[in-house]
Amino acid sequence: MTPVQLVFILVAATTLGAALMVVITRNLIHAALWLVLSLFGIAVMYVLLSAPFLAVAQVVIYIGAIAILMIFAIMLTRRSTSEEGPALNANWGWGALLGVVTLGGLVWVLSSWPGFFAAPAPFPEGTDPLLTLGQALVSPNGYVLPFELASVLLLAALIGAIVVAWDRR
Amino acid sequence: MIPLSWFLIFSAALFSIGLFGVLSRKNAVAILMGIELMLNSININLVAFWRYQTPAQIAGQVFAVIVFAVAAAEVAVGLAIFISVYRRRRTVSADEIDLLKW
Repeated sequence: MTPVQLVFILVAATTLGAALMVVITRNLIHAALWLVLSLFGIAVMYVLLSAPFLAVAQVVIYIGAIAILMIFAIMLTRRSTSEEGPALNANWGWGALLGVVTLGGLVWVLSSWPGFFAAPAPFPEGTDPLLTLGQALVSPNGYVLPFELASVLLLAALIGAIVVAWDRR
Repeated sequence: MIPLSWFLIFSAALFSIGLFGVLSRKNAVAILMGIELMLNSININLVAFWRYQTPAQIAGQVFAVIVFAVAAAEVAVGLAIFISVYRRRRTVSADEIDLLKW
């Protein structure tokens, strides 16, 4: 077992454990903090996949913005008393069953695919993935239209969020 | 060297955990957290397939960047809706927000 594989196993175990805590912890603030740990593990996964830009974007967008936004929302929507009742609804058994079936089905389908145990393909000579990504995002021959549409979507979502959460009284 | 299968099994497990959270949590903000886990597992899949199958094309990473933007928009609107609901109903429990239930 190479050191990289050991790192992968440690990070994967941490991420999955944290994700499990996110969905079963009663205290929502603790769930949000477990979510931060899980998202950080995924950022390490991007590093292992040699996608450094996505790793940085993961930390900045998910941990820095989305997780903090969730903590704010939890604090704004908390009842006066502490959380009462169970954290899971009455149908959690069916949810767990569906999750296990989904995992088993996905692994079964993927394992019948011949490329399942593929090794990483080599990068083409003389190209930098980061440079290619930056150019592809703003090149008219690349993905400039979806990129700009994403900006419009974000603007619309921001205005929509302000309108929806506006206190009209 | 890490085989592709490790990343795919990892992301499948993360997706299943997120699915369980979406289906089983009572609190609406916790349901959003489950959705975040599912979106992240899909991103891992996209980047893993990019790295192992088509590193010459950048489409996998671009797709992941777009998913980031959509996830941010989704969380902003979702949390705004929950804050608005909380203001009117004093709860964000998915069991009690049943105005549209017939």
